[in-house]
Amino acid sequence: MKALHIGRVAAVLAVGSLALTACGTDSVVTPPAGANTSAAGPAVTGTLTGTGASSISAAMDAWKAGFESANSGAKIQYSPEGSGAGRKALIAGAVQFAGSDAYMQDEELASAKEKCGPAGAINIPWYISPIAVAFNVEGVKDLKLDADTIAKIFRGEIKNWNDPAIKAANPDAKLPDLAITPVHRSDNSGTTQNFTDYLAAAAKTVWSDKASGDWPTSLPGENAKGTSGVVKTVTETAGAITYADDSAVTDAMGKVELKVGDSYVPVTAEAAAKAVDLATVVEGRAANDLSLKLDRTTTVAGAYPAVLVSYGVFCASYPDAATADLVKAFGAFALSDEGQKQAAEAAKSAPLSAELAAKAKTALESISSGTK
Amino acid sequence: MATVLTERKRSALTRGRLPRYTPYAIAGGAVVVAAALMSLIGFNVFGWAVLSAVLFAAANVTVSAAVEGRRKAVDKLATSLVVGAFLVALLPLVSVIWTVLANGIPGLLTPGFLGTSMNGVTGAVDNASVTNGTPVLGGAYHALVGSVLITLWATLISVPVGLLTAIYLVEYSAGNKFSKVITFLVDVMTGIPSIVAGLFAAAFFAMILGPGTKTGFVAAVALSVLMIPVVVRSSEEMLKIVPNELREAAYALGVRKWRTILKVVIPTAISGIASGVTLAIARVIGETAPLLVTAGFATSINMNVFAGWMSSLPTFIYTQIMTPTSPSNADPSTQRAWAAALLLIILVMLLNLGARLVARIFAPKTGR
Amino acid sequence: MSTTKLAPPKGTGQAGKGRIGDKVFSGAALGAGALIVAVLFAVALFLVVQALPTFSAAPADITGGEGFLAYIFPIVVGTLIAATIALLIATPIGVAVALFISHYAPRNLAKGLGYLVDLLAAIPSVVYGAWGASFLASSLKDPYAWLAEHLGWIPIFAGPASGTGKTILTAGIVLAVMVLPIIASLTREIFLQAPMLHQEAALALGATRWEMIRMAVLPFARGGIISAVMLGLGRALGETMAVALVLSSGPLIASLIRSGNQTIAAEIALDFPEAFGLRMHELIAAGLVLFLITLAVNMVARWIINRHKEFSGAN
Repeated sequence: MKALHIGRVAAVLAVGSLALTACGTDSVVTPPAGANTSAAGPAVTGTLTGTGASSISAAMDAWKAGFESANSGAKIQYSPEGSGAGRKALIAGAVQFAGSDAYMQDEELASAKEKCGPAGAINIPWYISPIAVAFNVEGVKDLKLDADTIAKIFRGEIKNWNDPAIKAANPDAKLPDLAITPVHRSDNSGTTQNFTDYLAAAAKTVWSDKASGDWPTSLPGENAKGTSGVVKTVTETAGAITYADDSAVTDAMGKVELKVGDSYVPVTAEAAAKAVDLATVVEGRAANDLSLKLDRTTTVAGAYPAVLVSYGVFCASYPDAATADLVKAFGAFALSDEGQKQAAEAAKSAPLSAELAAKAKTALESISSGTK
Repeated sequence: MATVLTERKRSALTRGRLPRYTPYAIAGGAVVVAAALMSLIGFNVFGWAVLSAVLFAAANVTVSAAVEGRRKAVDKLATSLVVGAFLVALLPLVSVIWTVLANGIPGLLTPGFLGTSMNGVTGAVDNASVTNGTPVLGGAYHALVGSVLITLWATLISVPVGLLTAIYLVEYSAGNKFSKVITFLVDVMTGIPSIVAGLFAAAFFAMILGPGTKTGFVAAVALSVLMIPVVVRSSEEMLKIVPNELREAAYALGVRKWRTILKVVIPTAISGIASGVTLAIARVIGETAPLLVTAGFATSINMNVFAGWMSSLPTFIYTQIMTPTSPSNADPSTQRAWAAALLLIILVMLLNLGARLVARIFAPKTGR
Repeated sequence: MSTTKLAPPKGTGQAGKGRIGDKVFSGAALGAGALIVAVLFAVALFLVVQALPTFSAAPADITGGEGFLAYIFPIVVGTLIAATIALLIATPIGVAVALFISHYAPRNLAKGLGYLVDLLAAIPSVVYGAWGASFLASSLKDPYAWLAEHLGWIPIFAGPASGTGKTILTAGIVLAVMVLPIIASLTREIFLQAPMLHQEAALALGATRWEMIRMAVLPFARGGIISAVMLGLGRALGETMAVALVLSSGPLIASLIRSGNQTIAAEIALDFPEAFGLRMHELIAAGLVLFLITLAVNMVARWIINRHKEFSGAN
């Protein structure tokens, strides 16, 4: 009796697992006929593994899909665990590339030499995303603010939307008598790092804290996890204001135009790319390292300085030629017009300017193989 | 005086007892009074129901105390509290389930959700489906396969280890030093934060197989670290309450100890053990953080737990909620996330059914 | 735990086979125990090695700039607050739910209800987090404002109440909902195992249902209830994602209805992905502290269980 029962259970399980494994397909989206292969150069094969920032995961999805359809033998896998995790994994030799919202520090570059050869690792910018200051005030869709006012709002020094400082710059806006609830990220993030860096540089007198991936805990306000978390909180809370990747800000919210020089600049992809073009390369690094120092206090008209630059972090040399070729091919695809366009379509990011993309491609070409 | 009069009319057996219709009468009264009170402070159905329940319980206990005496009143009070607590517990649980069902069903019914992976689905695809109003593409098949396989392997590791440890603790150790050490360590293991278990498994396999080893099996090991203490603790409790008379009877019949354990002790406790194992599976099947660092994050189907990255339902849900495929049109991702959550719950439901089936087959007939 | 008073039989007709079976089986059981010891030792070693740099670092380098103790203290307290709220709510309700299913509900209904409760243990924490952050937090906004207005003189209800409802009390309630099924499911199994004879004897002597439960069921189940609560506590202490999503974190404050406080597990979940260098070691050290807290709580629980050992059925 019992044996019969066990047999029956086993049969059910077997049939169930068979049914589970029998159906299911990876071909969800039919690639457009005549997919563009020219951008990736000659077809490469192999599996490339990366880990890193979650901010680029939407762009990475697009690059992965585009690259894999152009190179049928190649496979890209990317795990969005966070920038720090990505850089750690590259240093440990666990992945072939990392995605990071901040370029590697000097001591990290030094420790990368063990697995990446004597030249260490190189940082190449491949993704630009403007950070919007977004708010939820009924009937107000855009506000003109300078860095000092924004800093005061986020520090809780300006407490109400009808504050004279806000009114002065926006005489036409219908500002209600409503308390301001600043909302910030509860997790450590590249967005917070770049936004506080902007405030610390552009609003020196008000923002006394250092730039940091963690929001200063002494400041008042609410917080939420992740870009989607802060956006959701602001959407649901009248009078709330936050900073978030522009791509995630919905039409339900208003956006701030930043004061740059004497004019106000709205958030656009072009303005963000322009601000990145004004950046200088960090000195004292390898010639092919493109770590950028952004000029947050720029006065150039039309540049939007609150911007996040995400880097691809690669080894300067890989043990075998196949991996090096694969890395180069994938990097080149991501930096190509095609790759940047696909990322912009999928993630609403700002494409790199042609000039910067060219520099980045040259740096990428310098990746060598064999010398370990 | 009035009670004396009524007592004379009633039979001796029903003396001091309330007639059967009393609770209904009190309930009716409570509903009416609650409605009256609510109309004074602003009526809403929820408050009305709560107030009626509280009034009913209070009146029922008071009447019982006056007529039936203290013991019956305490019994009624306990009943009210137990039922009340149960109803209170149902509120958030029903709310959670309702949220998951309401948000998950549309996604689950989307054609292709169960049969396709996320391979090639990009933000552009999602944007297109939102603008054109076409069905959301992409599915959770790869995650479903990953979850099933990883959990299966984790169970294959944890249940034998956990159950054998519990058997050692209850049947063999006789309370010696080593068993105290194990009990102590199992207690410690329940306190391992899940991310630590993941990091540990990743570091362990990185040491053996080289850095960056991320497979379904590594994830299964990480989950086992979390599962084993739950299995040990619950099965230990269940083995302990198997009456000693059963063991002694078996020994008296000349049955060997190991056969006694296999044929008498475990079958007696199997229902509880199965329940504990299901709980342990339920505990780990929803883990996100340890899976991300051990199994990676895949968008395509992988059937091999020993090679390549694997997706799983929790990591799928997590990434779809936290980093939507298309940041500017998060709705398709949210829909997929809720559908995957519903799918995960259905999966556990099936596992639970399986565990009950196992328990029913092996359990001896009891008084219940 | 059980000392078998009657020794198993030795040396009968089929002794050879039986003896090998006994040896293999007891060996396997011992081996499983030893494996757990080894794994745990390895995990502990891993934690300690990874945490060590934190303790040798200069106090100024630690987050907050005042050393590890000053950094860890607020989040330890926050963790304990959240776990206490969760257990205060979940323990009585969980035990009552278990009692309802085992002794009060009609038999047919009880089966379905037990099934439902087990199922709830399986909802992934991300879902509880999403539910807590969107549905629960916003529906608790007004009650919090009311509390702050009327009971604001009690420090734990000091206003102004949070504008989003994402407070430590909300996080505690979400945790309570998460551990409730664990407690209810395990205690239900224990209640069902309570000796039927004792219960019937109590009823036959004229005890009411509650008196029977108090005298014949609860003493028997005490150890099991504590065990179940401890498992629930393990989840409440170590829960990351739900708290990370629900709680609007901040520095340590007494009020439960303002945004503030933080738990260790959520802190790890929020900061670990971007952490590198010393910060990473710091977070692992925080994990080690969480580990020690659970350890201490569990030791107390074991001690209580052992005091009531005489009720265990195996003795």
